[in-house]
Amino acid sequence: MDYNLDWSVIPQNMDAILEGLWLTLQISALALLISIPIGILAGLLRISRNHFISFLATTYIEFIRGVPLLVLLLWIYFVLNQFLHLGAYWSAIVGLAFFSGSFIAEIVRAGIESVPRGQMEAARSSGMSYITAMRLIILPQAFRKVLPPMASQFIILIKDSSLVSVISVADLTLAGKNIVGTTFRSLEVWTFIALLYFAMTFIISQVIRFLEKKYKVAE
Amino acid sequence: MINIQNVNKYYGKHQVLHNIELEIPKSQIFALIGPSGAGKSTLIRTINALEEIQEGQILVDGISVHDKKTDINTLRSEIGFVFQNFHLYPHLTALQNVSYSPIYVKKVSKKEAETRAKELLSSLGLGNKVDSFPGQLSGGQQQRVAIARALAMDPKIMLFDEPTSALDPEMIKEVLDAIRKLATTGMTMVVVTHEMGFAREICNQIVFMADGKVVEVAPPEQFFTQPQSDRGKDFLNKVLNH
Repeated sequence: MDYNLDWSVIPQNMDAILEGLWLTLQISALALLISIPIGILAGLLRISRNHFISFLATTYIEFIRGVPLLVLLLWIYFVLNQFLHLGAYWSAIVGLAFFSGSFIAEIVRAGIESVPRGQMEAARSSGMSYITAMRLIILPQAFRKVLPPMASQFIILIKDSSLVSVISVADLTLAGKNIVGTTFRSLEVWTFIALLYFAMTFIISQVIRFLEKKYKVAE
Repeated sequence: MINIQNVNKYYGKHQVLHNIELEIPKSQIFALIGPSGAGKSTLIRTINALEEIQEGQILVDGISVHDKKTDINTLRSEIGFVFQNFHLYPHLTALQNVSYSPIYVKKVSKKEAETRAKELLSSLGLGNKVDSFPGQLSGGQQQRVAIARALAMDPKIMLFDEPTSALDPEMIKEVLDAIRKLATTGMTMVVVTHEMGFAREICNQIVFMADGKVVEVAPPEQFFTQPQSDRGKDFLNKVLNH
């Protein structure tokens, strides 16, 4: 293969790349922040003793989890957007947040169910209400157990954010596409973009690893 | 103080408690003994509504435990419960295990609750374990922390569900000593136990259960020397002569 590498394409287009990176960071961070409360709430509601509430949460989780993210993003942008006028930027964030939230809900549920039943009994027998026991005793223990699967979920979220380029959000992936479109330097551009994604996900996995160590409990 | 009136409990069609009638006066110590599967643990767990009942009622200080209108959290905060497997909170230190409910249920100030928690832990021989996590403590130490946790709420009643059954033999004494000490304070207590010598020594009444029924209620001397029921005689033969 006769191909002359020319990395100068990267600094020449740095502005566009940084703009795309910044948008990817914004969208990922906002979607992540929104998906956590959605996931915790849906996870808690799913294990509710009230069958109707549990049914609603299960429906949300199963439905959103069962639709491809690409289709969900297109549906939000081209269908829901007609009524709510979210715009591409918020369509992307909402789509990613609810999609990721449905997975986080299942992680949260599994985490709560992994805490031995005796913990809730001990807390309730000393007078704590269900909610207080959940907050002080069950969730902190579940939190420690769900950190590793949460890390995977956050990494998936960042990577999945590359799909928002289909609803014309100018994220890092779309920036790459545009630069390749004008320079034809696929190898250099896509390699660099891949490294940037990797850098973001690597930071996340290190942060979670740090949290795991910090909250490790002697068993 | 505790009135158990005609209580029936079922798991599906299977009846696990049959017409239980029991009155436990203030400052008395009752032991629930009997073969496994007799319903002892189920019964003690109904006293603070960890188990539901289908028929009858249980009154604690005149308050119906299983009435939907009863504020169960307030009632439970006055009844200490000690579990067979301790159920300490593994993510919290001994001090936090003991002080959390006073702080978050009784709304005692953190400083006051922690001072009291330290006193309780010290009185149970755990003064140097205040900052240890449950995973760093032996079974006997964990169970003593669990007793301190229950006492921190200043309960009127203490319930012990086989407090020494999960312990290594050499740790049983330290936990029994803690309960003995408590017995001298006039605390109303119900203890499910397989420690016959201990039951005989500290209890005012022995409640002998079998097959979900209360078969015999008698003072320890009478029960251990002249059991009235055949089931009681049979049980004592098996546990005392081995």
